[in-house]
Amino acid sequence: MSTGATGFLERYEAAVGRLPGDSALRAAAAAAFKVAGLPGGTPRARPVEAWKYTSLRPVAEATFQASPKHEAETLLSGLTLLDAPRLVFVDGVLRADLSDASPTMTTVGHSATVAPLLTGGSFTAGVQIARFADQPDFGTLTWPDREPMVALNTMLASDGATLDVPAGVDGGIVQLVSLSGGQGDFHPRHSIRLGKGARLTVVEISAGQGVYLLNTVAEIHVAAGAHLTHIRLQDEAATAFHVSTTYADVVAGGTYDSFTLNLGGRLSRTEVHTQLSGPGATAHLNAAQILAGSQHADFTTVVSHTAPSCGSRQTVKNVLAGRSRGVFQGKIEVARHAQKTDGYQMNQALLLSPYAEVDSKPELEIFADDVKCSHGATVGELDAEQMFYLRSRGIPDADAKSILVRAFLAEALDAVADETIRGLLETAVEQWWERQKA
Amino acid sequence: MLDIRGLTASIGDKPILKGIDLTVPAGEVHAIMGPNGSGKSTLGYVLSGREDYTVTGGSATFNGADILAMEPEQRAAAGVFLAFQAPIELPGVNNANFLRTALNAIRRAHGESELDAVQFLKLARAETKRLAMPDDMLKRNVNVGFSGGEKKRNEVLQMAILRPKLAILDETDSGLDIDALKIVADGVNALRGPEFSALVITHHQRLLDHLVPNRVHVLAHGRIVRTGGPELAKELEKSGYAGLIAEAA
Repeated sequence: MSTGATGFLERYEAAVGRLPGDSALRAAAAAAFKVAGLPGGTPRARPVEAWKYTSLRPVAEATFQASPKHEAETLLSGLTLLDAPRLVFVDGVLRADLSDASPTMTTVGHSATVAPLLTGGSFTAGVQIARFADQPDFGTLTWPDREPMVALNTMLASDGATLDVPAGVDGGIVQLVSLSGGQGDFHPRHSIRLGKGARLTVVEISAGQGVYLLNTVAEIHVAAGAHLTHIRLQDEAATAFHVSTTYADVVAGGTYDSFTLNLGGRLSRTEVHTQLSGPGATAHLNAAQILAGSQHADFTTVVSHTAPSCGSRQTVKNVLAGRSRGVFQGKIEVARHAQKTDGYQMNQALLLSPYAEVDSKPELEIFADDVKCSHGATVGELDAEQMFYLRSRGIPDADAKSILVRAFLAEALDAVADETIRGLLETAVEQWWERQKA
Repeated sequence: MLDIRGLTASIGDKPILKGIDLTVPAGEVHAIMGPNGSGKSTLGYVLSGREDYTVTGGSATFNGADILAMEPEQRAAAGVFLAFQAPIELPGVNNANFLRTALNAIRRAHGESELDAVQFLKLARAETKRLAMPDDMLKRNVNVGFSGGEKKRNEVLQMAILRPKLAILDETDSGLDIDALKIVADGVNALRGPEFSALVITHHQRLLDHLVPNRVHVLAHGRIVRTGGPELAKELEKSGYAGLIAEAA
């Protein structure tokens, strides 16, 4: 299958009658995508500041290939998962037979296709889940007109999960697992809503085989005093493309606590837009990117402080080997009335090779006069004295490197409060390291 | 046995060691004394394989093996241990994990089975107790937030656990109070035996009261200018190095 912007539009034209939901919205998104195209997708593409360091030309030029031995079951059994409910999407489509919902989860409305994966429970407690395929929910926060990849998702999205946690309910952990291996491009569309004082942890895990594009959009609403922990573990096939765009709105006293671990993919872009729109709202957008070979990973954030006394924290660490490239673009916007804003941003890179590259672009746009905002960036190599100290104790060179890299990452991973989840991420890093040694 | 012949080494273009001849037979402890800048620490680094020094001539063998040709980790596996004058901090690295990784790497190199966490902790707790170290030192990050004395004791703990055949102590006594000094000396004395040798680099006679050396060497301007018995250290304590160096020049 040839891709490029035209390929996506042709597929939209062909499928338009069968796609669920608001067709006018999809048509508008298609029109926007037709104008914008893939960012950097052609040599003539107009440069866009938001995509300064990342070009999707490799996506435009790729030939998507199904993995010959692709089997969702095999992929799934190879993954380390938490002992918690999971919704499994294969090539972007929910597979009820591979999913495992908790008895406390319930369906809402007429989400009949989700019902079979539920083992019981009532409508009074727990997480209410629905499928995008049954109840398309495009949300209200996204900007298809400004973000070409969101436009592409809006145009082609066919499935996804809608998770609602009623006020005061602790929804526990829900895993959203994406397995890709089929030929093509997949555009999951998720929606997560937490009622007042509700709690939920969402762990998104993505993996696959072959050459494909996973282009996810998630919309998140955190109500007053609610707390959402959002973990992304991106471990896609080394030949795959991964784009994930999240929009989160957090109101008074709410917390959006997110951590992204980018390990896989030939090229990945994780973009998070967070709006702190009620006093005392908090956002943590932490990330670690560990790359080798010619991998490219871009972590881009926009935090809008639109209410007073909100806090945002971002610690982004890159470990870059080979000819890999890590990008962090972080923008903090502080509106005029958002006094007492506390914004912090730190980007650190550890370069394991003279050919690796890190690009860091912090942006502060502050219109209030009583705020605390800071940002910093460091780039370094492994410390020669520390290496010698470890080796002088008998620890071989490769193991000494691994110890220092894990120590560098520890501070970032420490931001993940739940020990089990931190363990899951540490295991993924461990496996990444083993793959590099092999 | 450590056998050093005509060893010369530089840092950048600057020669530091200008022909060291030194033999430490198995079972013996030798002290190296000398003024600042005489090359004492360089000798320790060169023997343990630090990369920023270039060996420009001569040889160093340990039990017949050419240690200068080995990577630092191979030297450690061969039994060489350097107690650092300024131990390195490793933020984010747990002390117990560090020690277990090091011990297991050396055991692996010797074809011995690795210790699991439980077996290791039992061993490590026995050693921390003997060295009068608080238990929580194992839980903390390596040398991070340690006082000067704690760092030195942590070096001795590593030595006690790794059980080297050649220990090089680079001013491990400096900055220690009398009690800590005794602990360091006891740590080395506990390892003494027919298969163990040590090079003790020090400025002070005090350590040598507790850790009595077989021989004392005086290093000045990159050469050994005098060798004697334990009484040489006492003599230096009284008269200083100036006379010796003038005599050698």
